[in-house]
Amino acid sequence: MNLQVQQIDKDLVHNFKVIGEIDIYTAPKLKEHLASLEHAEGMEVELDLSEVNYMDSTGLGVFVGFYKEVTAHNGSLVITGLNQRLYRLFEITGLNEIMKIEQAEGGEDDASV
Amino acid sequence: MMQAFDYVEVKVPAKPQYVGVARLAISGLASRVGFTYDEIEDLKIAASEAVTNAVQHAYSDGKVGEVILGCAIYEDRLEIVVTDHGQSFDFEETKKKVGPYQDWNDESPLREGGLGLYLMETLMDEVKVDHGEGVIVFMTKYLGRERGEGHVKPTVFS
Repeated sequence: MNLQVQQIDKDLVHNFKVIGEIDIYTAPKLKEHLASLEHAEGMEVELDLSEVNYMDSTGLGVFVGFYKEVTAHNGSLVITGLNQRLYRLFEITGLNEIMKIEQAEGGEDDASV
Repeated sequence: MMQAFDYVEVKVPAKPQYVGVARLAISGLASRVGFTYDEIEDLKIAASEAVTNAVQHAYSDGKVGEVILGCAIYEDRLEIVVTDHGQSFDFEETKKKVGPYQDWNDESPLREGGLGLYLMETLMDEVKVDHGEGVIVFMTKYLGRERGEGHVKPTVFS
């Protein structure tokens, strides 16, 4: 069980790629990585979760906290690469209504009926 | 009438690094019962939430105890009890003691983890809690049952 966070900044966008499992054990590490980012006014952050294979409420908690930080600095946060499982977590908690999230491309069950 | 069930108990230290171990145990048992991939993922999250709460509770008390994950495997369902009082317990007796989570008072440690409890409720068919001697969460998931309404995407009919 581990977690990796890679930071690949593109132009002015801070891009984080999270790899692994997010739970009570790894969430502090993720939080620390995100907190290390200098909070500039109007900052743009993208979090790529396409390689996160497990997440629970501890992960959601970290993202909510970070979202508040970013918006407090008039910045924007977008969470990308969500597979169906992860998207569903954002959906059932209603966080998809608040935060900007994007599902992974080519999700098999993308049919809006 | 008491139905026959197999019982598996997993005891881990109430430390964050063992939540993933409990999760793996649940995953194995759920697959034994015959749950689908999605249902197994639901069970993993729900069990992790319960163990996470127990770990946080143990930490706030300043003592590092143990978390017990008791799993009763029935033909049609999986019942899980998570407790942090570190002692083995009588599964049937424990089951009788728990009630709906609304009965919890506001001092309950689970209240703080509101999101976790909400997820447990959503992902499982039944969740009950008791905060007598330790935190006890009791939850059930049935085989082949639709998830709570409003949370499931409509499936394309074929």
